Amino acid sequence: MLNTAVEIAFVLIGAALALSLYRLLRGPDTTDRIVALDTLGINAIALLVLFGIDQASTAYFEIALLVALLGFVATVALCKFLLRGDIIE
Amino acid sequence: MRHKVFPRPFLSLTVFLLWAAITNAASIAMLLLGALLAVGVPLLSRPFWPEPPRLVRPWRALHFLGIVAIDIVTANWRVARQVIGPLHRLAPAFVEVPLDLRDPFVCTVLASVVSLTPGTVSIDVDQRRWILLVHALDAPDPPALVREIKDRYETPLKEMFAC
Amino acid sequence: MSTVAESTVAALVVLGALFVLLGSIGLARLPDFLTRLHGPTKATTLGVGALLLASAIFFSTGANTGISLHELAILFFLFITAPVTAHLLAKAALHRQVTRRDDTPRSTTTTEGQSGS
Repeated sequence: MLNTAVEIAFVLIGAALALSLYRLLRGPDTTDRIVALDTLGINAIALLVLFGIDQASTAYFEIALLVALLGFVATVALCKFLLRGDIIE
Repeated sequence: MRHKVFPRPFLSLTVFLLWAAITNAASIAMLLLGALLAVGVPLLSRPFWPEPPRLVRPWRALHFLGIVAIDIVTANWRVARQVIGPLHRLAPAFVEVPLDLRDPFVCTVLASVVSLTPGTVSIDVDQRRWILLVHALDAPDPPALVREIKDRYETPLKEMFAC
Repeated sequence: MSTVAESTVAALVVLGALFVLLGSIGLARLPDFLTRLHGPTKATTLGVGALLLASAIFFSTGANTGISLHELAILFFLFITAPVTAHLLAKAALHRQVTRRDDTPRSTTTTEGQSGS
């Protein structure tokens, strides 16, 4: 049962990644791309956690934590750049 | 005495629980190290924390956390339906919520809670007029939304922090 | 691993993945930026939360390992950071809209962000 559930979840998260990628490529504004990038990161965390369950291995936890930390810092930095970069001009 | 060892009891508790979670609470030694950190970190970082308001009703806070958790789950169903359903029926709106709170920390908590409960994202806190600017995904009746935010989240927050 | 635990994990996994997908559907489908922001900040966070909870239950009830709590650390971190991200993104978007409409930055609701930090 669990194997089937995990396989279904893989498909769902794969679709989520594709949709986020669509928004990342489509834009239209920079902020849209940043949201898409942030969502892509969170989707990647979901995928990693799922992969950990699938492989019954806790080794993926640290990667998920790293992606979470880096994703947050990257998003904040990009937003700050948009807010501040415009002001300096 | 309590204020000398634990100047920030909730920060200490958070540090300890987070340490326990990250190390999987694997051994007594790790928990002891966590306890050491829980005492040390708040003492060392004390100069650069702003003075938080006192939590006067801890049980009320737990109750509030429960309400927020349930709201997050139930309201997500609503947003899920809206996202899949026809989009032209949505009525997105900016809503200005006048605040009774005057404490920056409690305002931050309120803004975070509003952002986490689906359907609303808090965009800005105007600290001169004390207005919380909220964007709602579907708000056919903005005054009702303002009342809901004030009654459901702001009033309990005001009651549990002495401010 | 007992049947109860296994079915709970299975349900949480599918439910979590469904919410992650819903967040991305919202991101791809909704018409303008501020409405798009609603999907990822909430549905996706809740979805990943459910997946992490499933993982915690899965490894806690497994045969060879003890209790598994470290998923809760990511969960805590995600729920703390999601509103911050949403807030900053909304601010950046409003700021860009304002600066694009006319060249002089007006004092609107985004002024706090300009003077902040």
